[in-house]
Amino acid sequence: MRNKNPLRFIYATPYAAWLLLFVLAPIAVIVYYSFFDLSGHLTLANYRNFFTSIYFKLTMSSFWYAFLITFFALLISYPTAYFLTKTKHKQLWLLLIIIPSWINLLLKTYAFIGLMGKYGPINAFLEAIGIGNQQILFTDFSFVFVSVYIFIPFMILPIFNSLDKINPTLLDASKDLGANAWITFKRVVWPMTTDGVKSGVQVVFIPALSLFMITRLIAGNKVITLGTAIEQQFLVTQNWGMGSTIAVFLIIFMFLIMVLTSGKKGGIIK
Amino acid sequence: MKKLGILPRIYLAAVFVILYAPIFYLIYYSFNSGGGMSNFESFTLEHYEAVFQDTRLLIIVLNTLIIALLSGLLSTTIGVIGALAIYFMKNKSARQTVLSLNNILIVSPDVIIGASFLILFTLIGVKLGFASVLISHIAFSIPIVVIMVLPKLLEMSTTLIDAALDLGASRKDILTRVILPYIKPGIFAGFFLALTYSLDDFAVTFFVTGNGFSTLSVEIYSMARTGITLTINALSGLIFILTMVLVLGYYIIGNKAKSPQGVKK
Repeated sequence: MRNKNPLRFIYATPYAAWLLLFVLAPIAVIVYYSFFDLSGHLTLANYRNFFTSIYFKLTMSSFWYAFLITFFALLISYPTAYFLTKTKHKQLWLLLIIIPSWINLLLKTYAFIGLMGKYGPINAFLEAIGIGNQQILFTDFSFVFVSVYIFIPFMILPIFNSLDKINPTLLDASKDLGANAWITFKRVVWPMTTDGVKSGVQVVFIPALSLFMITRLIAGNKVITLGTAIEQQFLVTQNWGMGSTIAVFLIIFMFLIMVLTSGKKGGIIK
Repeated sequence: MKKLGILPRIYLAAVFVILYAPIFYLIYYSFNSGGGMSNFESFTLEHYEAVFQDTRLLIIVLNTLIIALLSGLLSTTIGVIGALAIYFMKNKSARQTVLSLNNILIVSPDVIIGASFLILFTLIGVKLGFASVLISHIAFSIPIVVIMVLPKLLEMSTTLIDAALDLGASRKDILTRVILPYIKPGIFAGFFLALTYSLDDFAVTFFVTGNGFSTLSVEIYSMARTGITLTINALSGLIFILTMVLVLGYYIIGNKAKSPQGVKK
């Protein structure tokens, strides 16, 4: 089989260089920098720092928000994906669901500043039905809401794909065997879509841990996620060592979540 | 199949309304002659005029487009090469390793990519600005291209290559006249996706851009932080149209990619 090989090395060079320089090296430099303090001394202080109360609390709250965001995104997306598979022209409807995710993230976030603002339509509506003007912007609620909004299409897509693959005869069989709708869902539909749900959770949870522009624009710095902390350390405080340490933990969490959510087929590719 | 009941229809409608509300809200107020996004005074195109008169903003738009096109082209080239390299790898576990490495950048949070690239560029002395942004965009688009091209390669029957060899094709012929035409839909899909990733990226660019250089996302972020200006709304209207054109292009190419093979699900 040598005859297919000779070109391979020429082909592979730029790609291999990319792997080395932009996949392996970045992880290496992050780990390397996490051992340095502000004045450039080799130290473990950053790690000690990380486990002190502030950062530990930060990590916990970051996880909590990511969990909430993932949970609500799933809660909304699953029925949506399910109903979508039942529509005529389902591919077209799916495309319509996906289109908003192609609009620049910043613009959508910016729109919510207006929508949720003191004189925005949501408050006007609340006023009209007698609840009265509320502070919506710069709260936990607005942060979770906007994040869920951003992630819904990414959650719907994998779930839709796995629902779409279910052979309808299985549902008929389940019905014939006397199962009601709930049992059919629990024993047939849900188990067959867990892979889709897992990859949905994966594409939502990890980015949700690291959101930072939404926290800045919508949550008014009240919510701090790991992403906000990293951005703060790198670009504001200029403490690259501490930023790298937090990044190292984020990378570890990322791998853990990937291991937890990888299906039999290895998730991502399919 | 059963028709959708009334409740599911309402549910779907609600989801669609919520998904599109912010976008149309922005566009609606882009025609507002008043200063804010709360009460609509009268119809005007002045904000669109403002976009086209703001040279700084136009340069930023131009930068964004140039970065997207260049990074799309270069990452597609390298990505296709990478996919070919993976395809021709004989060793199963090596192939798996390369694939996992390839996926790292796809699942990595943007903040991590941004921060690590920032350190990297500073270490090797790349000046922050156009070059660093372009290189980062190429870097994070490559794995996406690989992911789009590889399935096409795997789907291709190996007998095609054998047949070409039997008929006396040189390796160059095999590449340019058998493999590349076959995987062309995957290549285009990869290119479009790289393009949109680049246009959409904020976090990575935010980290690796210096003071003098800015892309649209970064600019919108700093504008949004200072408060509401309807110029952003007008800009969003324009971007929405551009996006629709891109989506349509992608959809048509995606459909073309499926049809010739006649693979039905």
